[in-house]
Amino acid sequence: MVVGPEAEVEVVVLALPPRPEVVSVARLVVGALAAADPSFDDERGADLRLAVSEACTNAIQAQLGRPAGPSHDAPIELRFEVGPGCIELAVSDHGGGFDPDRLESHPAVTDPARLEYEGGLGIPLIRLLADELEFRAADGGTTVVMTFGPRVSTGRVVS
Amino acid sequence: MDLRLELSEQGGWSVLLVGGEVDVATAPRLREQLIKLVNDQRFQIVVDLGGVDFIDSTGLGVLIGALKRVRTQGGELALVCTERRILKVFEITGLDRVFRIGGTVEEAMAG
Repeated sequence: MVVGPEAEVEVVVLALPPRPEVVSVARLVVGALAAADPSFDDERGADLRLAVSEACTNAIQAQLGRPAGPSHDAPIELRFEVGPGCIELAVSDHGGGFDPDRLESHPAVTDPARLEYEGGLGIPLIRLLADELEFRAADGGTTVVMTFGPRVSTGRVVS
Repeated sequence: MDLRLELSEQGGWSVLLVGGEVDVATAPRLREQLIKLVNDQRFQIVVDLGGVDFIDSTGLGVLIGALKRVRTQGGELALVCTERRILKVFEITGLDRVFRIGGTVEEAMAG
């Protein structure tokens, strides 16, 4: 029996202070990781940058919304697993956790009442961009795990 | 963090040229500028995204808020955008059906 070489998976871990300015750092890192894998084209790289931006923004806002203390100031953690043809991003916060099934639903974008809502697009966007999405409750916070293949099926829009 | 804002007047419209990245770190500056325009009774606004190389939902939220403010006053907020990657964000969120989006400032103003 011939066994091929183990597919190599590279892991990158980043701990960033929960400040708005660091979101661009997360985008730079994920953009560079995607660019290093030839199966991810520029457009897919842009998808990853957008998804990580949304996830980090949520993580930071969850923490900054908490009272001063360790869970307000603790770093958010980003874990990137880069394997052949697959990138998994996990973003962990100490924001107290949330229930993705209880997100407020918004009127359709064409409904004039939609203009009452400036937020709430982040998670629908991630759902659309990632091939898989999972929310894990984790020690006083949430870990969002997003898995990306080189392509996303086209024609999907936020509903 | 890089965000450039450049304001001019054209045919009775306020034209705000935006450059750089619009995210949670920079969106507050864009929001302030747009609120200031409305406070100055400028209700016909073109936001030219020609120099934007990244926008996420925080930036979209600022534009939605500004659109609501000017429409409340009977005005309009139109966008200029030609970059495919930025247009894609409007398309997948359905916001291309909410905003008037032109390829040039003239197109955006003409509606």
